[in-house]
Amino acid sequence: MSNLFIPNPKEAESIHILREVAAQFERPVLLFSGGKDSITLVRLAQKAFYPARIPFPLLHIDTGHNFPETIEFRDQLVAELGLELIVRNVQDSINQGKVTEERGRYASRNTLQTTTLLDAIEEFKFDACIGGARRDEEKARAKERVFSVRDDFGQWDEKNQRPELFDMLNGRIHQGQNVRVFPISNWTELDVWEYIKTEDIAIPSIYFAHKREVFFRDGMVWTANEHVYRESHEEVFEKMVRFRTVGDMTCTAAVLSDAETLDAVVAEIRDSTISERGARIDDKRSEAAMESRKKVGYF
Amino acid sequence: MTHNRKLIKIATAGSVDDGKSTLIGRLLYDTKSLTTDKLEAIEKTSRQRGFDYLDFSLATDGLIAEREQGITIDVAHIYFNTAKTNFVIADTPGHVEYTRNMVTGASTSQVAIILIDARKGVIEQTNRHFFISNLLRLGHVVVAINKMDLVNYDEDVFLKIKADFEVLVEKSDFKTDQITFIPISALKGENIAKHSELMPWYVGNTLLDHLEVLEPSDLHESTVARFPIQYVTRPRTEAFHDFRGFSGKLYGGSLKVGDEVTVLPSFTESKIKTIHFFDQEYSEALPGASITITLEDEVNISRGDMLVKSSELPKSEKQITATICQVNSKPLKVGDKYTLQHGINRVLAKVESIDSVIHTDFTGEVPAAQLKLNDIGKVNFRLSKSIHFDTYHDNKSNGRFILIDEGSYDTVGVGFID
Ligand SMILES: Nc1nc2c(ncn2[C@@H]2O[C@H](COP(=O)(O)OP(=O)(O)O)[C@@H](O)[C@H]2O)c(=O)[nH]1
Ligand SMILES: [Mg+2]
Repeated sequence: MSNLFIPNPKEAESIHILREVAAQFERPVLLFSGGKDSITLVRLAQKAFYPARIPFPLLHIDTGHNFPETIEFRDQLVAELGLELIVRNVQDSINQGKVTEERGRYASRNTLQTTTLLDAIEEFKFDACIGGARRDEEKARAKERVFSVRDDFGQWDEKNQRPELFDMLNGRIHQGQNVRVFPISNWTELDVWEYIKTEDIAIPSIYFAHKREVFFRDGMVWTANEHVYRESHEEVFEKMVRFRTVGDMTCTAAVLSDAETLDAVVAEIRDSTISERGARIDDKRSEAAMESRKKVGYF
Repeated sequence: MTHNRKLIKIATAGSVDDGKSTLIGRLLYDTKSLTTDKLEAIEKTSRQRGFDYLDFSLATDGLIAEREQGITIDVAHIYFNTAKTNFVIADTPGHVEYTRNMVTGASTSQVAIILIDARKGVIEQTNRHFFISNLLRLGHVVVAINKMDLVNYDEDVFLKIKADFEVLVEKSDFKTDQITFIPISALKGENIAKHSELMPWYVGNTLLDHLEVLEPSDLHESTVARFPIQYVTRPRTEAFHDFRGFSGKLYGGSLKVGDEVTVLPSFTESKIKTIHFFDQEYSEALPGASITITLEDEVNISRGDMLVKSSELPKSEKQITATICQVNSKPLKVGDKYTLQHGINRVLAKVESIDSVIHTDFTGEVPAAQLKLNDIGKVNFRLSKSIHFDTYHDNKSNGRFILIDEGSYDTVGVGFID
């Protein structure tokens, strides 16, 4: 019997990174949002450690404004793979008076997540947080390292990053520092979708076209429900939509779409002329929105 | 996914304002990789600044400070694909910290595009960019002679620069077929994705066509197999009670079931029993694969050990000489102690002596007492334990290391073993 294993270079690189995390850190955690990127990370971690279990827990920072489909999916995945899941709630940070709920037209709990995340890191003494960010998402992300060192305050010092040479990863840190790790840094949105397709990975239903109550604002499609601020003149329609990224309802816009299957979604992404982040309401706030959030410890 | 598309990684090199960011923006634009929202942002900002053209450098200059000052500060990675190829481009900024940034950007690349301003020709910086390409032994170098629009698309200008550059090629280890010269205008899009009608005298490929015909197999070296063990996989579950797999990434050459192997540093011999990737078993794996291997015999192996074919042992020494590129502002001096990370394996290293600092223009070397930021020099180290290495020349993956500062834990240098 002869069967040759021909590696997929991006997959091999991501697995290499995940194994380095498991070997170099004492308390790694995988930041799980329920979105396609973190689901892809879970599959890569499965592959990296098979036949052993994934040697770190999942952490979900729940804004309380997540799509119910995402939460359902999360719980099912965790049960199926026998993973350990930690959930920390933004609502608790609000109740404790650590953060204040935003008000008005663009109110969102997206930025509030940072506090809850930093508290969770401190509570569990996590030294490495694995995230699904990709460099193609956004210009400030394009400068991000694979192992990105954060100080005690979770801050990113973009002008003073460690050089990363070849695939030699340096995860040595001081007490109190932690590292954000981005194993799929070099993947594009299309790479992720094509991978989900070839690997036949299950994803939450909201990625596929479905009927939903929506309204239109600033050229974007917003979910109409009690969590999203809407003015009385903003009319609600029922439309066929799907989501390209899955975050908090208050900052994730839908796109009009008839793509009900994975094939149709991949075809749509391939031909799309709008970037994934174009549907992120949080980024529209300003051109430098992401960089500012990252500096203070955002994902 | 990317299975049916090849992956080519490219680093750009050039002095400030030679047009690196513009070229990358242009490549994104011409391959329709700029989405409408990004393009609109570029149009808006270009208009605000009073330009009568689209400033494509805005597509890559991502940090607030970069946009304000119109410069690039840190290495950015940019992605685009054509029907046949996935490209990753490292945009490396060209000011003070240049050597550090180019070495970093080029370390993950197989190809360099060296930009030259047609008005300026080969300058000192060009020497340095090519020197680094040579030091890292990149597979291919494209010399893109840019801003041809500012020299009336004159063939003589192109030929003069090409001749000057060929003098450097002779001093390097590159063969002439590894170097390609293309006259372009990044701003106007000449010879980027379409043949320039303004330069009918140029009959070669456009830049994009040229990048497309490069084959990863020609760009990657093929040599002997090296398998550093990253992680020992022990499931301790009922189904895999006795499973003890050695996980890592395979470099250089392939490994097969039945291969006679030696484990370093113990020099224990065994045979490969199985090769796993996820839930499948394979009889052979190609380099680049992140796999898990089991052996016929019970061998004591831990992270940092290395598996090689018994007929292809590397060198094992406690004393090494390497070419170091210093990437930190704290200088490297005789007597300094560092953690040396060779692949994934860490040992302590002491600087015994510094032979020289090398001129990065192929003009030789001078004695030196220390290596400052951006210096490249020859350094002798004594190690706390033997490492099992090849020279960088023979086997890139097993001939390189990084130096980690014991105080700050920063990566302060990169080494290429002689
Ligand atoms: N005329 C002309 N100008 C160019 C060309 N390429 C770049 N430039 C201009 O040169 C300046 C510097 O370009 P930039 O891409 O920022 O250079 P970088 O520092 O190498 O990234 C900008 O004003 C560009 O518009 C070209 O082919 N022709
Ligand atoms: Mg630039």
